[in-house]
Amino acid sequence: MSDLQELYQSVILDHNRKPRNFGPLDEASGTAEGKNPLCGDQVEVAVKLDGDVLSAVKFTGSGCAISKASASLMTTAVTGKSRAEVEALFDKFHALVTGRAAEADITKEALGQLIVFSSVSRFPIRVKCASLAWHTLRAALEDGGADAPVSTE
Amino acid sequence: MTATPVLDALGADSSLASLAPRADFPLLAAQPALHYLDSAATSQKPQVVLDALTNFYTTANANPHRGAYALAAAATDAYAGARETVARFLGAKDADTLVFTRGTTEAMNLVANAWGAAHVREGDEIVITALEHHANFVPWQQLAKRTGAHLRIVELTADQRIDLDHLAALLTPRTRVVAITHVSNAVGSITPVAEVVRLVRETSPAIIVLDGAQGAPHLPVAFDTLGVDFYAFSGHKLLGPMGIGGVLGTRARWLECQPWQFGGDMIEWVNDHDSTWNVLPHRFEAGTPNAADAVGLAAAVRYLEALDMRAVREHELALLRSAHEKLAGLDGLTIYGPPPEQRSGVLSFTLADVHPHDLATILDQHGVCIRAGHHCAQPLMRRLGTSATARASFYVYSDASDVDALVHALVEAQRIFASVAD
Repeated sequence: MSDLQELYQSVILDHNRKPRNFGPLDEASGTAEGKNPLCGDQVEVAVKLDGDVLSAVKFTGSGCAISKASASLMTTAVTGKSRAEVEALFDKFHALVTGRAAEADITKEALGQLIVFSSVSRFPIRVKCASLAWHTLRAALEDGGADAPVSTE
Repeated sequence: MTATPVLDALGADSSLASLAPRADFPLLAAQPALHYLDSAATSQKPQVVLDALTNFYTTANANPHRGAYALAAAATDAYAGARETVARFLGAKDADTLVFTRGTTEAMNLVANAWGAAHVREGDEIVITALEHHANFVPWQQLAKRTGAHLRIVELTADQRIDLDHLAALLTPRTRVVAITHVSNAVGSITPVAEVVRLVRETSPAIIVLDGAQGAPHLPVAFDTLGVDFYAFSGHKLLGPMGIGGVLGTRARWLECQPWQFGGDMIEWVNDHDSTWNVLPHRFEAGTPNAADAVGLAAAVRYLEALDMRAVREHELALLRSAHEKLAGLDGLTIYGPPPEQRSGVLSFTLADVHPHDLATILDQHGVCIRAGHHCAQPLMRRLGTSATARASFYVYSDASDVDALVHALVEAQRIFASVAD
């Protein structure tokens, strides 16, 4: 596969075209907005916590295929996980897209479907696209009423 | 946008050679497979510009206007000579009315601070347009906030030209500043300057500030006959080095300005509790000047003069027409801005289902460099109803192969994104 085919593999294109968990979330316990000022990507993430467990996550916004697919796959990966598990998964994902997965001993199994973003590390400009939704999710989980927008800059 | 490609015109255009030899540009010569279509962001540099920089540092490097020795005099002469050359290129007889800055952004901040802060009062009006680059938007927006003046924004026609009727409607005797781009960096629209000048002079005492960042590199500019008060430009977009540009002003307007940065060179005499100011242009150039880059810029404009700016315009227009026709033939492609004749060498577009940022990545893999994003023109993007466009821009070293590579890569992007069924 060429670099481009790997970056834009079918799972990513599919989630770009038909994003999962896209839309407003009723009775959200936290929300946050994230922006990538460089290219204008914009995402809002809303979460519902059931105790310590993330029982629902939805997102809205607009952006490139990488940012949209990343937000979509993120929502499917984190739903039902505890806050600590979400944080741990973000660390693994971040290591993956910045090309540090091997040195951090992160296995394919630990990443699940998120492995489709492995080639992002070969496109350093796109790392911000892939991680925007995750940064925003983290802010939504910490949302206690402050609405400072998240920025990748 | 849908248009039928004119086949015989395509055939003729496919032979379009570059106006300047690519061999003159070391970066392009070293990367023959590169299709650099981002000259609106910054241009490539010819060898003569790089040589001029090296030559200054190896033969004339000293601090201009200071040392009492022959080398310092050589540096001073080189800097003054650069000013003469650049002023001549932009059609200004009085070289002392050219103030060097780091570029257009600093030039706009200079005018907003040096003239604006001294003359704009609460209740006055500042007119800008929805087409502006942030560099000609935010300084005026902030001046309005500081002074209590009203910011008026001229809206656009359906093809992203300045709506002159709306401009006329916004002008009043309270209008103090009309700041307008000469050429839109985002969509390429050329402002009909004579018409703007006529409208403004008829109805208001406002100064007219033209953002020439995309005008000076692509169109012949004759400042003395334009009828505007200030004209700002960037050197790095017209084959010169980064970090040098300037602003031309009429002598009368310069004399109405207050100094905005203080320090060496700009003073005449410093007393304990007051100072007096040096003459034009030094009054507005505090600190050690960027002499080396000014000399490099002078080499760039001599190179452009040799090409002839009318030929530069014709060359870009031919490329634009060709690209416009070929892109308009692609399914789902929307081109923003007016027809080629009313625009400079910028082609801004979106492709259905493929975000501009993804396009830029895919095109990059085919050696095609384009800009994707809001082009520092978010007010315009809001009006277009998009957060980003893809932008290809041409210059003297562009040729038919660049247009063909762009079209080929766009088709490839469509193919990749069409590979997933609904």
